[in-house]
Amino acid sequence: MRDTGAGGLLAKALLLGLVAAIAIWAAFPLIAAEAWVGLGILVATTAGLGYLYLGRRHVPAKYLIPGTLFLIAFQIFPVLYTASTAFTNFGDGHRGSKTEAVAAIQASSVVQVPGSIEYAMTVATVGDAATGDLVLLVVDPADGVVYAGDDSGLRELPAGDVTVTDAGKVTAADGFTLLNAGQASARSQEITDLAVPTDDGAIRSIGLSRAYEGVAVRAYDDDCDCVTDTVTGTVWTADDDAGSFVAADGDRLLQGWRVGVGLDNFTRVLTDRSISGPFLGTLVWNFAFAIGSTGGTFILGLLCALALHSDRVRGRNLYRVLLILPYAMPSFAMLLVWRDMFNTDFGLINQFFGLSVDWFGQDWSARLAVIGVQLWLGYPYMFLVATGALQAIPKELTEASSIDGANPWQAFRRVTLPLLLVALTPLLIASFAFNFNNFNAIYLTTEGGPFPADNPSVGATDLLITYTYRLAFGAAGADYGFAAAISIFIFTLVAVISAVSFRRTRQQEEVYA
Amino acid sequence: MNRRTFTRWLGRVGWRHLVALLAVAFSLFPIVFVLSAAVNPLGTLSSTDLFPTGASGNNFRRLFADTAFGRWFGNSLLIAGLASFASVFLSSLAAYAFSRMRFRGRRVGLLSLLLIQMFPQFLAIVAIFLIFSTITDLWPTIGFNTPWGLMLLYLGGALGVNTWLMKGFFDTLPRELDESATMDGASHAQVFFRIMLPLVAPILAVTGLLAFINTINEFLIANVFLTNPEAKTLAVGMYGLVAGERNNNFGIFAAGTLLTAIPTVLVFQLLSRYIVSGLTSGSVKG
Repeated sequence: MRDTGAGGLLAKALLLGLVAAIAIWAAFPLIAAEAWVGLGILVATTAGLGYLYLGRRHVPAKYLIPGTLFLIAFQIFPVLYTASTAFTNFGDGHRGSKTEAVAAIQASSVVQVPGSIEYAMTVATVGDAATGDLVLLVVDPADGVVYAGDDSGLRELPAGDVTVTDAGKVTAADGFTLLNAGQASARSQEITDLAVPTDDGAIRSIGLSRAYEGVAVRAYDDDCDCVTDTVTGTVWTADDDAGSFVAADGDRLLQGWRVGVGLDNFTRVLTDRSISGPFLGTLVWNFAFAIGSTGGTFILGLLCALALHSDRVRGRNLYRVLLILPYAMPSFAMLLVWRDMFNTDFGLINQFFGLSVDWFGQDWSARLAVIGVQLWLGYPYMFLVATGALQAIPKELTEASSIDGANPWQAFRRVTLPLLLVALTPLLIASFAFNFNNFNAIYLTTEGGPFPADNPSVGATDLLITYTYRLAFGAAGADYGFAAAISIFIFTLVAVISAVSFRRTRQQEEVYA
Repeated sequence: MNRRTFTRWLGRVGWRHLVALLAVAFSLFPIVFVLSAAVNPLGTLSSTDLFPTGASGNNFRRLFADTAFGRWFGNSLLIAGLASFASVFLSSLAAYAFSRMRFRGRRVGLLSLLLIQMFPQFLAIVAIFLIFSTITDLWPTIGFNTPWGLMLLYLGGALGVNTWLMKGFFDTLPRELDESATMDGASHAQVFFRIMLPLVAPILAVTGLLAFINTINEFLIANVFLTNPEAKTLAVGMYGLVAGERNNNFGIFAAGTLLTAIPTVLVFQLLSRYIVSGLTSGSVKG
């Protein structure tokens, strides 16, 4: 039976037209960039959508595809990509290909030699002044042409797009944000480190307004697959297993490249004492935190729901509204407020109770504090769902049990609670999974501290996820490969626990019907 | 009231008031503290007590004058509003298929939805960063520092726990409804839009609210994604307020916190009729 009304037909035509329009809009940049693979995917997807929605078959797919497309593009693909980096040494010093590493080594060894060309230079960025990619705008002293240089090389800018003073200072350039002296000096280290590769060396900055083109001291030679320093004579030979150039005395060059390292990252988690030791402790605390947060909020929420589950309580609705307020407050902000309330010197908690406890300075008080904060943030939600579930339980059941001579406690234990658990188990599992990876709860309060004196990489309140974040993006430098390996560990753990729990509750869920 | 009736009252009703009062006190004291910090004329953390010591709108004035708070607020509303609306729609489509149709891969699909969501999206942030670097080069309109790009990214998580909640709710609707409509000659699309969607309004409201709250509070991905002051959301912008100048900006921060709560409270009020029933009926087989 298919008899879609005129309205339905019109909506369908409009939506498909919109998809086609978006596809055409998206195709132009792909063609300009000659990204044929991307264009192929785009064409195939659009054709597939047209086939699916113009035909009459595959009805379930019509409903599942829209969400699934987003899921594949922004969830599954990034996750698979992340998982694949777990088998590599991807991270600081091992970001790109060997060719890029060689170019970086040569460019960063550039020194100024007599006769080097000097340029007037202006520092700019693409995008935001504080975080955008740096670009050196240099003016050729011979013909006044302006070039934009970044770590991939130089490109000439059309004369119409830039405004240059007689002194060679660029005052405006289309598509670039020019940095003033303050902004530039804030990033001076990056500017100093930036080397723009050129045919016979590289361009580097002197201060913030001059640049020179110098000659590379270190050169790569294909025959020996090594890098030689022409001044000192040191030779670093490529080690393709480690992805770096190593000298005879074991010295490694900073710039390496990405190589597959097999299961090294995974074995490192298990064998490296400085990691496996705290890892087990962190894992145990992670479970304690997730169970404590979920269980605590559930018990407190249920207690309040039970207390207000009676017509005799006057002002029930007012109580409910006030109880739920924490749930409406923005949690990221309230976490920061709680952090300040636990402050030793002028925190509200110590002031109010007349204490001088250094809450975040000791392991156990810090752990207690973060669970307490989660309790406050989470119990209104549990109160809400428990209230709903209680209202869904027929009154006759509890009445029947009291006629049979059960006291209220027994009636609750034997009748109400089992029924509640049936209804709320899926939500409890979801809450457990959320808390297991509750990054904000730790990062915005204790930041993982307090840290033991001998190991600043993992603290007493660190969850696996905050620990991983520090490994991947922390101050000690990025180690994406290793972080990805730990991510896979975390994922496997949570997934197995959740899958097992769900299988156990499947008799109550119509999953397999 | 003699002693015996009092004891009975305590056992039946009194304890309920006691629990509720304690819980209300627990719920409210941090909020009162934030309120007191927001109206504190000095605007510092060290000078703020639990109860207001003075009253001035100074912090609110400074919030709008010295920061781009209005901008952040608009960005957050736009992103959270559109993203939660779109994700509820995508979820309800999928939930309808899972609940009413039988097809190959249905069970596997349901379980994998749950498992995929358990891989925290931000751990893939390196990959996301690289993917979006390419997207920014090709289509700047949906790249970094645009609400549209961030919205697309959030929609990656649209199918998940929400789909489960909704499916449970769809399951409680009697099948006779759609069968009789089909007999009367309605297409599957008409059944979905005209019959099912109005009936599942409670769960749409609940998942919408949850998605809205989650998006407003999302900090990590937004922090990597939005670097322009113009493009920041409330979470990113307000974190910047207390990241460095914690003590001095506390009053402004508290004022911002209160204002940030307003949209959530409004959405909550708007949907409150549905919320309690919607939250649990999805997980109970009716």
